[in-house]
Amino acid sequence: MRNTLSVRTSSRTFKAVLGASLAGALLVSVVPSASAATGSVGGTCVKVGAKAKVGKIKVECKSVSGKKIWTDTKVYNVSISANAILGGKNNQTATWIQNYVIPQFELSNAEKGKQVNVSFTPAGIDDNQFKTQLALDLASKRGPDVMALDGFWVAEFAEAGYIKPLESVVGAKAVNAWEGWKQIPASVQGVMSYGGKNYGVPQGTDGRIIYFNKKLFADAGLPTNWQPKSWAELLTAANTIKTKTPSVMPLQLNAGDGMGEATAMQGFLNLLGGAGSLIYDGKTKKWTGNTKAVRDMLGFYDSVYNKDKVGNSDWQLLAGENGRNESFKAFAEGKLAMIIEGDYLWRGVINPVSGNFKMADRNTNVGFAMIPAQTAKSGVNGQSFMSMSGGSGYALNPNSANKSTAWELLQFINAKEPVSSFMAIGGAVRISQRQDVNTAVLKSDPCLKFVFEKAIPNTFFRPASVNYNAVSVLLQKATTSIVQGKSVAETAAAYETALKDLVGAANVASN
Amino acid sequence: MKSKTMKGSRAARPGNSVLGKGAATAFLSPSLIFIGIFLLIPAFWTLYLGLTDYKLVGIEALNPSFVGIDNFTKALNDPQFLSSLKLTIIYVLGSAIFGQALLGFILAWVLNELSPRIRNIVELIVIFAWIVPGSVVAFLWFAFFNNEEGTLNAILGVNIDWLLDYPMLSIIIFNIWRGTAFSMLLFSAAIASIPKSHIEVARVAGASKMQQLRNIVLPSARSYILTNLLLITLWTFNDFGPYLLTGGGPGGETQILPIFIYDSALRYLDFGYGSAIAAIMLFLNLVISLIVLRMSRKGKK
Repeated sequence: MRNTLSVRTSSRTFKAVLGASLAGALLVSVVPSASAATGSVGGTCVKVGAKAKVGKIKVECKSVSGKKIWTDTKVYNVSISANAILGGKNNQTATWIQNYVIPQFELSNAEKGKQVNVSFTPAGIDDNQFKTQLALDLASKRGPDVMALDGFWVAEFAEAGYIKPLESVVGAKAVNAWEGWKQIPASVQGVMSYGGKNYGVPQGTDGRIIYFNKKLFADAGLPTNWQPKSWAELLTAANTIKTKTPSVMPLQLNAGDGMGEATAMQGFLNLLGGAGSLIYDGKTKKWTGNTKAVRDMLGFYDSVYNKDKVGNSDWQLLAGENGRNESFKAFAEGKLAMIIEGDYLWRGVINPVSGNFKMADRNTNVGFAMIPAQTAKSGVNGQSFMSMSGGSGYALNPNSANKSTAWELLQFINAKEPVSSFMAIGGAVRISQRQDVNTAVLKSDPCLKFVFEKAIPNTFFRPASVNYNAVSVLLQKATTSIVQGKSVAETAAAYETALKDLVGAANVASN
Repeated sequence: MKSKTMKGSRAARPGNSVLGKGAATAFLSPSLIFIGIFLLIPAFWTLYLGLTDYKLVGIEALNPSFVGIDNFTKALNDPQFLSSLKLTIIYVLGSAIFGQALLGFILAWVLNELSPRIRNIVELIVIFAWIVPGSVVAFLWFAFFNNEEGTLNAILGVNIDWLLDYPMLSIIIFNIWRGTAFSMLLFSAAIASIPKSHIEVARVAGASKMQQLRNIVLPSARSYILTNLLLITLWTFNDFGPYLLTGGGPGGETQILPIFIYDSALRYLDFGYGSAIAAIMLFLNLVISLIVLRMSRKGKK
């Protein structure tokens, strides 16, 4: 029901009360507390409350005679959007934007005498629906000034003209002058770039691993420092759990087009890579069609959901992201032994403080393993382990009425202190875009340390191609067919037919 | 000037029209303008989009090109479209024709025999299902069908995931529950409009209930039945409600045409293809309307 009955609010909780131009003096409140505009000309702004504690900051601009607060009487309105909502999806992002970014950014501008009013439009819907909504807004030349985008939407949005390279939105000089770039590794900058140009600033990156419940592993007589070295070993562990503890669901491997891109990132892309093939070969410029790697990948799905029945088929077939949420819930409740997920699971979903499926014993009971290739050294580049990385970031709306303020906001949210404060919310450390922040915080978190040290060296990014998303959907649908019981041969053939139709037969590799 | 035209037209077609052609056109023009703006232009726009490869994202968003009837031929060869069409027909036959119309008629017929007080109470309950917002109804049914804490499983004492194991049956039951009120109201009005004396005479002549139904009620209610069938067929054909329950799943098993269009256009952002299918649906709507209108005309003759 989550996807269909989700509520989309657009309240503007934080509103500066302004009376400067007429009264010449005022009191600004950027937190929801009451405020009033009184006093004579001039003033100064102070922060009340501890800076480190997000949500406790209160800004007051008190009038002091003799000095004007606002050197500029214009009010700069900028909006920021993300698929995040307090208490729900991406709670960390919503908390950060509402309680840190908005008050701090408004304050830093108030101190410079500039009246900035930032509004945030929260959303807690399926990513696909969020993308549609954003694309429709942008197509009609509206939409937020600063927007969160998933990295793999950048190509499609750029080709459609909805977003433009930063240098053409605010000028190359302004973009190059930012100190932040040298803190962001080139590979991570790639998350938000297309055709060699930066369309936004990434918010960091992530990696994929297998999470397992140590207690359930011990119950089934499996080692708690488990690391499978092949798909066969992964299946063996799953079958052991199935036999020894029948009430436990052994494995969640995302499948089906309902979950959308989650099926690609946590599912078939890792398997394809493990079978020695990427979805798109950048050298031959061909998409992977009905190849042995694709058939092996589908074959593994067939083993998990049909032959060995070590996964829950129903979850994969539920509408929207409901199935993925079911798997989260089961893992958090200790009813699912293994789940292949990104570090998002650890920091966002089962986080005992701020997650939406809190797992009280997360820190003691969850183990990590790398995703094995089909067999040792069978993966792309002869790798024995696989991971996929994605990441999101923020881009500017080329039709923004306040481009320079929007660019200031974008720099602000990627500065060292705001990025560190983002990490501090709910103890949810993640691999940030900034190296200076990563070196300081990652070592404190066992999971992020594991992802950073073990998964990231083996990781791949999705091709920055305008066709990627449509090809991904075809493979998602192929996994749906497998879960529904169709044969691997039949499914792979149907996939290739649809792929040729999409990208042209000349651009498809098969063997 | 005006009165002259009116007189003139009255003279030309005596006893037929009260208004002249000019006045009639003047009265009609506001509604025609609205129909033009909100119905005809979008319809032709849809048809036009269906002839392009316009997408919401990617290069085709910026520079859509004209692809002729490619989208239409693609649809007619697309197994997903054909299965969608089949599912839609099953959905319409099951929930509208056999469900809503039949159940609505039975309810109206039975209620007619009961005391007005009971009739009012039952009618109120049935109409309630009709007036509650669709999203609320979907939520209620989601809870009803749920396999873990669902009402239906609790009543039957079983553990079945209805929306996954019997998705089509579930949405048909959902739509029957939701839409029966309309048919019931229309048929109640139809039965009430039959002069009591006709039924009385038949009864005195010894006609059984079934004979009364066949020989008096059904012929008298014929035009109501056809109107009802036309309306509920079109509504159900275009119904998006099941999306709230199943999202078209599992694996496309309830992907009726409106959901297929939604998925094509708004989920996979292929507006050209979505529009082409919408245009095909528009055409099928016209065909359904024409068939029913012809049936009712035959009936009048």
